[in-house]
Amino acid sequence: MKQSSKLTKIDLLITGVGGQGNILASDIVSEVALASGYDVKKTDTLGMAQRGGSVISHVRIAEKVFSPLIKEGEVDILLAFEKLEGVRWASYLKPGGIAIVNNHALPPLSVNLGVDSYPDDKEVIQILKQRTDRIYFVEGTRRVIELGNVKTLNIFMLGCLSSFLPFKPETWQEVIARHLPAKVLQLNKTAFETGSKEIKNVHVG
Amino acid sequence: MKKLLSGNEALALGAYHAGIAVATAYPGTPSTEIMEAVARFKDIYAEWSVNEKVAMEVAMGACYDGARTLVSMKQVGLNVAADPFLAAATTGVNGGLVLIAADDPGIHSSQGEQDTRHFAELAKVPVLEPNDSQSAYDLMAYAFKISEQFDTPVILRSTTRISHSKSMADVKENSIAQRRKAHFSRNVQKYVMLPVNARIRHPLMEERLVKLIDYAETFPLNKIEPGKRSLGVIANGIAYQYAREVFPSASFLKLGMTYPLSEKLIKKFASQVDRILVVEELDPFLEEHIRAMGIEVSGKEFIPRVGELNIDIIESAGRKMGIIDTPVREKITATDGLARRPPLLCPGCPHSGLFYVLAGIGQRLKLPGSKDKTPKESGLTITGDIGCYTLGTYPPLNAMDTCACMGASIGHAIGMEKAGSPDKIVAIIGDSTFLHSGITPLVNAVYDQSKITVVILDNSTTAMTGHQNHPGTGISVQGQQVGKVVLEDLIKGIGVKDLKVVDAFNVKDVRAAVKDSLERQELSVIIVRGDCAVRVPKRDIPRKIDTEKCNQCGICLLIGCPAIQAEGKQPVIDTTMCTGCTICQQVCPKQAIGPC
Repeated sequence: MKQSSKLTKIDLLITGVGGQGNILASDIVSEVALASGYDVKKTDTLGMAQRGGSVISHVRIAEKVFSPLIKEGEVDILLAFEKLEGVRWASYLKPGGIAIVNNHALPPLSVNLGVDSYPDDKEVIQILKQRTDRIYFVEGTRRVIELGNVKTLNIFMLGCLSSFLPFKPETWQEVIARHLPAKVLQLNKTAFETGSKEIKNVHVG
Repeated sequence: MKKLLSGNEALALGAYHAGIAVATAYPGTPSTEIMEAVARFKDIYAEWSVNEKVAMEVAMGACYDGARTLVSMKQVGLNVAADPFLAAATTGVNGGLVLIAADDPGIHSSQGEQDTRHFAELAKVPVLEPNDSQSAYDLMAYAFKISEQFDTPVILRSTTRISHSKSMADVKENSIAQRRKAHFSRNVQKYVMLPVNARIRHPLMEERLVKLIDYAETFPLNKIEPGKRSLGVIANGIAYQYAREVFPSASFLKLGMTYPLSEKLIKKFASQVDRILVVEELDPFLEEHIRAMGIEVSGKEFIPRVGELNIDIIESAGRKMGIIDTPVREKITATDGLARRPPLLCPGCPHSGLFYVLAGIGQRLKLPGSKDKTPKESGLTITGDIGCYTLGTYPPLNAMDTCACMGASIGHAIGMEKAGSPDKIVAIIGDSTFLHSGITPLVNAVYDQSKITVVILDNSTTAMTGHQNHPGTGISVQGQQVGKVVLEDLIKGIGVKDLKVVDAFNVKDVRAAVKDSLERQELSVIIVRGDCAVRVPKRDIPRKIDTEKCNQCGICLLIGCPAIQAEGKQPVIDTTMCTGCTICQQVCPKQAIGPC
């Protein structure tokens, strides 16, 4: 997990389920990158997706960015807030890219109704391994429930992500503080730090 | 000052800095956030109008009075506003009038895919198209200048990807153009479109277009970016960004003004390159106009006219053309068959109870895969409308049979009855949609004595687009208490004799009201009222299923509530998602569901 001081480009895909806070997370990382001197473009799927559907945010960081959408097979880091939403976008990963996956399942209605099945962990790993060995399963949902607020999951996941990006901790803190109300700020700071520590122990090679 | 702005935020800020005094809109993805951003400026007048037609008419009135005025809507909103828009194109303006129409290539959240640029040709007005947030901000200042200089409304066409992408924009700080003083000068020939006056305006519109072509030649956001001679790309909007990445060394002509086109500039560009590819989303609008200039171009034979473009699609076009040879990335297996995750009605949605009741009466409730019972004749047709409740179409509810455009549910129901359908017919429409376009068809139903049932799902907000206020809420976009339209008074005033109001979370009452209405031989309206679950996330303590009492019949799963999940055959309630709406408790035949 070595950090370079200057990156050439990072294409980041943040995936999850409506209501998990993906869009706030992608806003925060974009502003951190901007404050660190990079060009940034980001785009989310909104519209009907907010009713419990899949939500995907593309974040592109470089000296100069043209397209806000990332090309399939070019994602450097896939940050998945939910397992199924992690494997669904696996083909977007570049070979050898990084997959950070919250080890938590939110079964879609079709699974509850018995029409579809939810992939088991073996399948999840088998699919991701077609692109990379750098897979990190994190116990995000479990950790933030322990911390006392499941809504801090997005900030926990940003904590995990921060270990792979050359941005200063104080820039992260400053941008997070700008986006969150004061009464939940401390809890979110703790979630961020817990995430950045958690990631160091979970590599599934 | 550099800021990370969405396209919609940049458009709003650009309009504010251009000195608008009035802004109107009706919410619609992907345009909604433009008004939300504009309304934060308290020194201008901003309103959610009741629909796009009225938004356009209010905007015309404001601009006739001299104010710079912004009106924003989604692409299909312009269909609703087409009549006043074409009238505005005929009369011209006084203060600048800019219409933002946001197209939705890829149909992320619309009932169809259409290219707004055709409206410009129809109305003989100019179109400007941003390709990122910076150009969205910059184009807005030009749009108002062009509007006033050429006496025309201007279309600023955005798309979902422009509106909903954030990028860096260098914007002015506290620099607002001088607002014009409100003043209307009577000018009958210009503002009263009697045939005799309209005949004077039409040739002026044609002259305007010729002058605009001249202007387009020097328009600073039409720009040649020189590169290699072998390939010249002409592109607009977000397609420019994709093409720039796929063909890094090509020559580019980037067009910020896409109607009318700068013929001399295009011919000059054509003379500088060996081959031209036009890259644009949706219809071959640029391509056909450029070809009509006698210039040979490639375009839609390689670039799809359907759906949203991206880098992969343009790269694949480049391979077909034989101009790039980057290898295709190997696909990975097994992701296509994964369980899909379509949007759903939320846990605690006030629409769920009504749909459960209708689906039950209409014999539509069936767990997928269940083999019991041969399907019965439904005897019920449910015409639908546009809002979250369109999601009632999906299994397990299956409770919607048509959905076309705003307000169509009631007209569809009338038409089915008049055509002689043997079914009972129910029209379903939300409160915001009813106010937008449902009132006139209800007047029609009173007049033509239709015997249909109209259900108004009143959650006191425009939920689908993110909870905007409307005349039924009595609160303005700027957060003030304003006039309130009471649905009951309105419906009775139209002349509807049978009107019932029921609590959306009382399944028994909803069922009784629906059954009563269906048995009547007259027009009947039911208001099913309950606050949106996103606004009232906890109605009561969460529910749980007593597994001792539960016989795993699966009836609770038929509500389609995302909080009720099946562990094997055993339904369980996710208490973090449950809002305590108690609909599952009310429908459980074994009384197995109760508070945690």
